[in-house]
Amino acid sequence: MEADAPATLSKPRLPRGVRLKHDETRGEWLLLAPERVIKPNSIALAILKRCDGSATIEAIVDGLTQEFSADRVRVEADVRALLAELAQKRLVDL
Amino acid sequence: MTASLTASEAPRKLSAPVAILAELTHRCPLGCPYCSNPLALEPREDELATADWIRVFSQAAELGVLHAHLSGGEPAARADLKDIVAHCANVGLYTNLITSGIGLTKPRLQELADAGLDHVQLSIQDSVEISADRIAGYNGSFARKEKVAGWVTEAGLPLTINAVIHRANVGRAADMVRLAVRLGARRVEVAHAQYYGWGFHNRAALMPSRGEAEAAIAAVEELKKALEGVIVIDHVIPDYHARYPKACMGGWGKRGLNITPSGMALPCHAAQTIPGLDFWNVRDHELAEIWTNSPAFNAFRGEEWMREPCRSCPRKEVDYGGCRCQALAIAGDAREADPVCHLSPHHDRVTKIASRADNPEPLPAYSFRRMKLRESVQ
Repeated sequence: MEADAPATLSKPRLPRGVRLKHDETRGEWLLLAPERVIKPNSIALAILKRCDGSATIEAIVDGLTQEFSADRVRVEADVRALLAELAQKRLVDL
Repeated sequence: MTASLTASEAPRKLSAPVAILAELTHRCPLGCPYCSNPLALEPREDELATADWIRVFSQAAELGVLHAHLSGGEPAARADLKDIVAHCANVGLYTNLITSGIGLTKPRLQELADAGLDHVQLSIQDSVEISADRIAGYNGSFARKEKVAGWVTEAGLPLTINAVIHRANVGRAADMVRLAVRLGARRVEVAHAQYYGWGFHNRAALMPSRGEAEAAIAAVEELKKALEGVIVIDHVIPDYHARYPKACMGGWGKRGLNITPSGMALPCHAAQTIPGLDFWNVRDHELAEIWTNSPAFNAFRGEEWMREPCRSCPRKEVDYGGCRCQALAIAGDAREADPVCHLSPHHDRVTKIASRADNPEPLPAYSFRRMKLRESVQ
């Protein structure tokens, strides 16, 4: 299934009904979904912010690798694992 | 560190509420016998005005509420629904419409979508039309809901189907999940009937046998795996057959507020059944003040109110002693342990009620949820 192996050229986006919000009261970023409030850690947040429906997974990985001067293989593994998890929960469209 | 997601957790001290459930009206064309609304439904003339709701949602957003659930009754019975949705969206609330679908039209849904509605939860009563209409007490409801589901997805809105499971449809729980997929839902809530309000009143007609309930649970759990990535199944299993109680409302006064059509602020749907609680109204108090200081919200916060077996129980931080309203309804006092818990001295009452459902006598007819009819007849 696509959720297991997101294609490199797919352009992940948060579907309508799922949104990333900076909550002023709690001073943190939250992912809001139906009946759900999810708190992403800093890496998940950096990935989610790039899921705008125009950047490909490849571009997201490249961007993060640069931004964090990190190991590309490691970044790609993180991105794919997170997106697969979110797609399974229908919180991201690939 | 790898990317991770955790459910947002409330710290120990009184934290901001996460959700507000606004019962915009108790008017509803359907008569579902498991409705969680109170038996004494509030009449139209007592309902809050548009300006009141606008003020409440502004205060909710300031207080840190994230989710606004617009419910009822049937929220579409309010002509100002679009204005309320637009305001919720303006103040940044994640806005969810909980609806029977009756009263919604294609243009009206498009209007709501344009006003910034985030999500729609549409109820279905059964996967079989004739049974669905019978449960709803409304002919044509099933066919109408199929149309409404189509309009929701055409308007680009994400759809959750809500399915309440009870004796009349328990054999088709899995079919209701499949129907939700066919209707284009991304998510389905399969919730076994809970016995509050009209549901408590109709309990004998609603409660399935243990065997039926267990078969339904197994069938839905199986679909959870099979439909991963297609539809998310949130499954609320019945508590009368459980060993431990549910963490009702995620803890009393911990996560959210319910506001009745006339503006009473409640810690949960059924809180008004508990005698002696002092509820405050949003007409008289700001939401923040209600959340922090209203006697009803403080009544069962923390552990001070607990008796044994809860007081010394390690699970008291997991389930908070279960449901206060169920403790009252079955054990006779809201400070008792929820009698669903096998450690409750009153647990045998729950066992007795549940075993009655295993040996069906002639079933009582439903008392359909209706506004009290005017007494005078011509």
